[in-house]
Parts: sequence; structure tokens; C-alpha cells
Amino acid sequence: MAYQAGEFDVIVVGAGHAGIEASLAAARMGSKTVMLTMNPDMVGFMYCNPSIGGPAKGIVVREIDALGGEMARAIDATYIQMKMLNTSKGPAVRALRAQADKFEYQNRMKKALEDEPNLLLRQALVERLLIDDEGRCVGVVTNTGAEYRAKAVIITTGTFMRGKIIIGELSYESGPNNQMPSINLSKHLEELGFELARFKTGTPPRIDGKTIDYSKTEIQPGDEVALPFSHETTQMITEQIPCWLTYTTEYTHQLIDANLHRSPMFSGMIKGTGPRYCPSIEDKVVRFNDKPRHQIFLEPEGRDTEEVYVQGLSTSLPEDVQHDILRSIPGLENSEMMRPGYAIEYDAVVPTQLWPTLETKRVPGLFTAGQINGTSGYEEAAGQGIMAGINAGLQVQGKEPLILSRSQGYIGVMIDDLVTKGTNEPYRLLTSRAEYRLLLRHDNADLRLSEIGHELGLISEERQAKLLDKQEQIRLEMKRLEKVVIKATADVNAQLEAIGASPLKEALHAITLLKRPEITYAMIAQMTPPETPLSAEAAEQVEIQVKYAGYIDKQLDQVEKMMRMEQKRIPDRLDYDAISGLAIEAKQKLNQVRPLSIGQASRISGVNPSDISILLVYIEQGQYALTAE
Amino acid sequence: MMEFDTIAAISTPMGEGAIAIVRLSGPDAVAVADRVYKGSNRLTEVPTHTIHYGKLVDHEADRVVDEVMVSVMRAPKTFTREDVIELNCHGGVVAVNRVLELILAQPEVRLAEPGEFTKRAFLNGRIDLSQAEAVMDLIRAKTDRAMHVAVSQIEGRLSKLVQDLRQQLLQTIAAIEVNIDYPEYDAEEMTQQIVERDAGAVRAILAELLTTARQGKILREGLSTAIIGRPNVGKSSLLNTLVQEAKAIVTDIAGTTRDTIEEYVNVRGVPLKLIDTAGIRETEDIVERMGVEKSRQALKTADLILLVLNGNDVLTDEDVLLFEAIKGMNAIIIVNKSDLAQQIDLARVTELADGRPIVTTSLLEEAGVNDLEAAIASLFFEQGVESQDMTYVSNARHIQLIKRASQMIEDALGAAEASMPIDMVQIDLRRAWDTLGEINGDTAQDSLLDQLFSQFCLGK
Repeated sequence: MAYQAGEFDVIVVGAGHAGIEASLAAARMGSKTVMLTMNPDMVGFMYCNPSIGGPAKGIVVREIDALGGEMARAIDATYIQMKMLNTSKGPAVRALRAQADKFEYQNRMKKALEDEPNLLLRQALVERLLIDDEGRCVGVVTNTGAEYRAKAVIITTGTFMRGKIIIGELSYESGPNNQMPSINLSKHLEELGFELARFKTGTPPRIDGKTIDYSKTEIQPGDEVALPFSHETTQMITEQIPCWLTYTTEYTHQLIDANLHRSPMFSGMIKGTGPRYCPSIEDKVVRFNDKPRHQIFLEPEGRDTEEVYVQGLSTSLPEDVQHDILRSIPGLENSEMMRPGYAIEYDAVVPTQLWPTLETKRVPGLFTAGQINGTSGYEEAAGQGIMAGINAGLQVQGKEPLILSRSQGYIGVMIDDLVTKGTNEPYRLLTSRAEYRLLLRHDNADLRLSEIGHELGLISEERQAKLLDKQEQIRLEMKRLEKVVIKATADVNAQLEAIGASPLKEALHAITLLKRPEITYAMIAQMTPPETPLSAEAAEQVEIQVKYAGYIDKQLDQVEKMMRMEQKRIPDRLDYDAISGLAIEAKQKLNQVRPLSIGQASRISGVNPSDISILLVYIEQGQYALTAE
Repeated sequence: MMEFDTIAAISTPMGEGAIAIVRLSGPDAVAVADRVYKGSNRLTEVPTHTIHYGKLVDHEADRVVDEVMVSVMRAPKTFTREDVIELNCHGGVVAVNRVLELILAQPEVRLAEPGEFTKRAFLNGRIDLSQAEAVMDLIRAKTDRAMHVAVSQIEGRLSKLVQDLRQQLLQTIAAIEVNIDYPEYDAEEMTQQIVERDAGAVRAILAELLTTARQGKILREGLSTAIIGRPNVGKSSLLNTLVQEAKAIVTDIAGTTRDTIEEYVNVRGVPLKLIDTAGIRETEDIVERMGVEKSRQALKTADLILLVLNGNDVLTDEDVLLFEAIKGMNAIIIVNKSDLAQQIDLARVTELADGRPIVTTSLLEEAGVNDLEAAIASLFFEQGVESQDMTYVSNARHIQLIKRASQMIEDALGAAEASMPIDMVQIDLRRAWDTLGEINGDTAQDSLLDQLFSQFCLGK
């Protein structure tokens, strides 16, 4: 029986990493929000590895934090290990990665949702959307007949849509971790005319930590001094738990070879496209058969569990083979498997059907975010979630949408890639996807984005005041270092010689000295202390901004040029078919993507520079054909 | 693609006009022109819509490139509504290309695309609306033609070489990227030293390409040609014949550092730059003047040597010395004075010629000149003067791109040496990779990820 279950501003379907950020952002912006999930016990569950962050991904977590999101705070409160990666490299590619206590993490997230005044968490299986006469999404209908109405709907169903688990010869309809799949919603989206893709991902077996012989593995500890993801975190967890490293053996590879015929990947049972970014162990052994061994990281799933995640062993081989494979690995000879690894196939929305706001082009008022958009990874999902939540919230308020550019954040890079180029495999963020990597550092995420978060009402006044103070400290110190002169005194040269640096022959501006690779800001501050010492964060910014000024300026130049192209808007509903000079492929692609700007158009593969020139001229001449609404 | 940078191109028809114009448009036009201009005023300080006499100087090579009249026109009252500079220089392919090349060597400037000045004029609202369609046709038509050229070049060696170099660079870049995106993966740690080795190898090839681009410059600058021979064998006659016979004297530029005259002649489509012709005229014999070893050094700068022998005389020791001096070089042996009784030992000449063409002429009676021209043309077009396995870089745009890529790799190596973090070093390698890609129009952005995941076994 259909019944009216309530009227809201925003409905979020799904309570994974995308759904959480989406519903919190919308609610915190003042939208009356309801979050519908099949199983409220599984809020923010980590279905795959118990880990958050890493290169590019860790920077996304900081960006989410700068926009007032939850992920950074939650992991800071629940990690079992924290590590800064790439410390031997430049500041642009450094990133934090945490091992999570996955149960504590989800409890922490559930509490955050429950504590949010504008947000209601409710169990429901959504099967259909409510579409009004103008084609706008105005609500959802659940399997119990409940009709929820809202001004905007965000779908964040992860891998649940028409999910199918495959283990060896066995396959059955299921969401991840044997949760109920969502079958009808997927069908309904198809009925509405959405193009869906079939993707595949996988997860490794989990084993009982008590049955691991750690003496045969290498310890992988966290950092001695852990740093937080969030600028709001003040208290760090000191007791950390290590991970362990072991390797597959020749025998492992023989076992896999001997059982390939039973692998659904190779028997043709799996049709979905898997990510190159996390291939199964059988994939690795087949594709890189000259590699004598593959790394296996043993990652504890939490403090109050013995379960250990076997990173590197993602597989869909039959359960009995998984047993044997595990026991062929040093340290795991007597291990007991608690859960087998599996592959999962699921439906994803082809992301070129979205505007850069993550609203669908086909159905206004409907947004999609997370793995449903063809991505892979908690951080990618959360990054889209917060943007969908923000844009739904802005739409409810009747305000202009927020689109982050490729030079503002990895989130901007990711969404632009998705909606402009689409993806033919689960999309993972990599630092090499960002052309302005040096500007998109983890250390300056707050400087890049907090202002925006503050304007949206997602960053507190107190935090904003701190940010302004940091900016001021940086500005004043940069100015001071340009003016202050360091003389070639015996004292200064003694300090330089102490670290093996060549002594000064003549006086130098402090800023010039700091540019030397071996000189740190701390040394400069000792030679010429500022009136009030800088905060550690401000000092780090001064050091980075001075040392890498040449490279930073180059990238800023490129950004400026890009921005001019981004600012050339393309009119809504431009009729590309009416433009005589465009190549046929360009017309097709432009019709499909419907880019908002010349800049975005120029990034579509298959659209050539000459097409862009023609497009520019056509638009500038002011009389252009539009398609029917 | 950039819409708002500074562009330059030759804006007069290519040919033999007395004057040619190189035009610049864009925000840096005036500053760039001022940097290479030497006159009584700074161009950055002169009033708009004024014209100035001066010289264009290549500071790097420390030489004057041309005498010019420079028109300075500041936005918005210009053809493109941007700052515009017009360099009125000496006409002819060689001179004007030199000026263009000097301009393109400035980092802010790139070669204009076909129709781009017109396009800018339009985009900046300078041209009537009704002309929009025509502009679009122009872009399409010219692009098609350019594409055609690009396709034919893809079959060429340059394209192949560039592809190989890019692949080499890409492997290095991917090896760096894997360290960054998968820091715990057991791949080789790319150290500054490894990058120096790998990028150094690419730099060496680019450097070679640029040196041998001298050969590639032949089409634009002429095949530098030396005429040698004993006194009174007919060198001056040969020079005069070539100069008279030439379909067009492309230009003559008074040398600025020396008092020689370089003459450009066009022999069946092969532009020859006759070097040290003053020397021929005045001292008659460079070997006599300099000795074998020294003249050999001098001759090394020549792409082609025309060795003139006297058919009316026996081979002398001097002749044999000359043969020795040009051993292994591109040469045509001219046995002159065929109108007189022949005393030369042709079998011996053939032996000394070592497979190089021999032409018999009577320059006095203008006999055999056709054969000589045919020999020059066939040497160039069929055997290829660039046959020392050198890739032919002819296009000013290509040379500019290779130079820039080269500089970027230089920057990367400098950074590696200064112990900059590896991801900073990578920035310039990536730029070099992109820049080289522009040569073949290959800008596929997913190649790096493809390389990354085919080169390394990554995943969780």
C-alpha cells in the first residue's frame, strides 16, 4: 500500500561513504534531509580494505575536510595506524594513509548522522523515483510503498545495483558482503532512459590473525608521530597497530595456473569490466608471469577483532583454491580463512550523463554520487558525495551550483574526468591524473578550499578565523624574508657548515638562502627569527612556497591560461548538429557530453583543436541554433 | 591549445618579394619584439602606430639577423584588437625564415595556426558577423591541408624517431609515477641518478637532432656549398654560371661580422648557399691559403663540395691533396674545360671520386651545366644529402618544438642535479613529453596510465 512518508528538501539513497558526505553536507547547509538505507547497521562500512587515504586519495580526504566533510574527522578518531607516504619525495605527492578500525569507524559515522539536527536516518529499500510532469525528480518510492517527497534526490548505491557475487563456479545475486542487492532501482533507471555500464570489482579473503606466523613476515609500523587528516582534530591516538608484509611464492603461482580454468575471470563467467588499479591475484600472475613474487600486506581490520585483510590477494577463485593459495604464503601456512574473497559485478551509471554538479542531465533534481558513477574507492565516493550534497543543497536554496576546477582540487579533477571523458573501467584517482599536481597538495587543501566551505556554512567561524590567521602569518613572513638580509657572519657560516652546506661568501636575502635545497625554514628562523614564531603549518607553507616557487609559478601560469578557456561558456542546448564545420565525431561527443565551457569541450577525446576553434567562432558570432527543450 | 597567447607568422606570400612581413599578435608581442630589436628607442616605450628602423639581434648567437622596419601597433586599434608587431624584413625564403625562427625562439611565442590572425580578429569583434562562416571554412580547409601534411610526415623518420623518444620518456615518467602513486610497491626506486641517465640519453638524441637539423635547415637556409679547386680550373666561372643560371637569387645579405657575400641560388629546387665565395674570387684557392688540414676543417661546415678539375691538364699532387681533404664528404667532381683537349686520367679520377658523381663540363661554352644541375638535384633528392642517417627536420615549428623539449629536459636534469624531489624533476619530463607529442599531433592523455599499468603489476 502506498503511503506518504514525508516531505524533505533532499533525499539521499544509500549510507556508504558517498551517502554520508552527501546527507551531512545537505543537512548542514540547512536542507531537511532524509537518508534511506537498506540496513542502518552498515552505515559507512568498509566492504574492501580497512584503510583510508594514500597518494591522491589522502589529499581528497583533506579536501573533504576543508569543505566541512566528515571522513577526515572520523578516521582521525578511529585509526589503528597512521602513516605519511612519499616523505622522500616532494611536498606535492605526500599523503596520509590510515588503517582503520572499521567497526569503530562505522559506529562513529552512524553517530555523526544521528547527531545531525536536520538529518533523519531511516531503513528503506528504494525501488522507484517519483518524476513530475516536467520530468523532474521529486521523490522516491520504497518497496513498502512509502513515498518520500523532496526537491532533490541523491542516489549513492555503490555496488548494490543488480549486484552479483561470484566465487569460483558459484554466483548469486547479492550486494557486497552478502547484503541484499538493489534490483528494481537499476531497472527503473533503465526505464527512465539512463545508460548503465556493467563493472566488476573484487576483494580478498580475510583470515584469523591468531593463525598467522608473523615471524615469517616483515613488520610495517605506523609513523612515530601521527599527523591528523582533519584540521579540527586535536587529539591523536598514540597506540598504533602494525601491518605485516609477506610475498606470494612460486608454489602460489603454480596453484593459480593449475586452477585458472576454474576462475570466473578466465572462464568467461564475469562479463563486467574490472579495474586495472586493483587486479585479482590471478590477473597479476597471468599478466606479469615473469614477476617471481607479489607483495601481500596483512592489515588488521580493527582493535576488537582477529580478522585480518589480506591485501594483494583479491580473487574470485573457488573457495578451496583460496584455502590452498593462502597456505602457500610464508607466515600463512597454518592460517584459517574466515571469509573467502569474491568478485562482484554491478551496474553503474555512465557518468557522461551527468553535469559537473553531479546532477543527471536526463532528470533534473536527480543526482548520483560514488561508485554508482563508475568510480572505485571510499575517498572517491566521499569526494563526489560531498559535492552532490552541496549542489543539491544549493539547488534547494535556489543558488548557483559549485563546480571545483581541475586546479582547485583532486575532487575537481575526478568529477571533470568522469563527466567529460567517462570511464570504461572503475575509476581510481591517481596523482598523475592531475596536471597541476604541485598546486593540489595535501598541505594546502585548507588554503584551497576552506573559504568555499565557510561560505557554504560548512566550516565554523572559529575554524575560518584560524585559517585567516594562518594566511596572514604566511603572507607577512614571505614579505619579511624578501627584505631581511643574512650576512656572512662566522656564526651563520658555522651553522651552514654544521649541516655540510657551503658557507656564504656575501650577504644574501633570506628568501634566496631558503631556496637552497639543503636549507630549511627552521634554520632561517634561527638565523633571523620572526617577531612571533610561526605555527608549524604556516612555517611549512612558507618553506614550500619559497623552495618550489619556480615550479609553482609555472603551473599557475598554465592554470591562468586554462581558466580563460573555462570562462568561455557554451550556451545551454546548443545545437551542435547545426554547426557545419564540426567533424562528425566531434558532434557526437559534444552532443553526448554537452560541455559547459570551451575548456571542458577541449578535454573531450575526439574533439580536436580545429573543432574547438570552429565552436568558438560559432558561439562568438552570437546567432546560434538551439535544440528543443 | 591556447587562445590568448602570442602568435607569430610570416604574413606575406612566400616567394621572392623584396620585402616580407613577420607579424606578431598577442599580449607579449611588443615585449618579445623589443627583446630582439636594437634601435634608437625601446619598442616598449614608443607611441602606438609608429614605425622604427633597427636591427634584429640573436643575442644567443651574438649576431645580427636582419635590418628591419618595425611597426608597433597597440591594442585595441589593430587588426586582431591585440598588440600587434609587424617586422618588415628582407624578402625571400631564407631571410624571412631566419627572422621568424628568431621570434619563435622566444618562449612566449608560438607559430600561428592557419587562419589564426583572422580568427582572433573575429573573436575580438573586429570582423563583421557575416564573415564568421568564411572564417570557419578557412579553419577547416587549412586544417585539413595541415592534417594532410601531418599524415605524410607520420610516415617519415622524424615522426618515428619522435615516437621512440616519447616512449623512452614515458617509461621513465611511468617509473617515477609508480613510485609516487604506489610508494610501497616493490618497483625500482627512481633516483635522481637514474633519471639523469635516462633523460640524459633522450637529451643526447635531441641534441643530435638539432645539430643535424642543420641539414634539415637546407630547405630553408640552403645547402651550404663550397667550390674548391686549383687556381684557374674554372671555379669563378662555375660560380658565375650557377648564379646566372639560378632561377632566382633568393637573397643576398651583407655579412655583418665578415665582409663576405653569401650567395643563394636555386638549382632545380635545391637551394644552395655558396660559402666563402669571396674567398674563391679573391684568393682563388683555400687549400693554398690554409693547408689541407685547415681547409678540411673549413670544409666540414659545408653540406656539399663542388671539386673542380682541369680536364685539359694531368692530375697534379694538389688535386690529389684536395681529394684527400674531402674524403667522406658529399661532393660532385667537375671535370671542366671539355672544349679543350683532354689530358686528365679519368680512370684515376673515378677511383679518387670513390663513387661520388663526376660531371664533365665546359663552363666557358656552358656545356654540361644541365648534367651538373641534375647531379646536384639527384644527390639531394634521391641519395639524400642527409643520408648520414640523419632525420630531416625542416619545419620551423618542429625545430621550435624540439628546442623547447630539449630545454625542458635540460631543466629536468638541472633539477635532478640540484637534488630537487623526483616529482619536481618529473614535471619538466612530462612537459617535454607533451611538447614532443605536438610534433606528431599526438596528445592522447591516457597513454601514461596505460604505460603505468602495463609496465607494473599494481593493485591491492
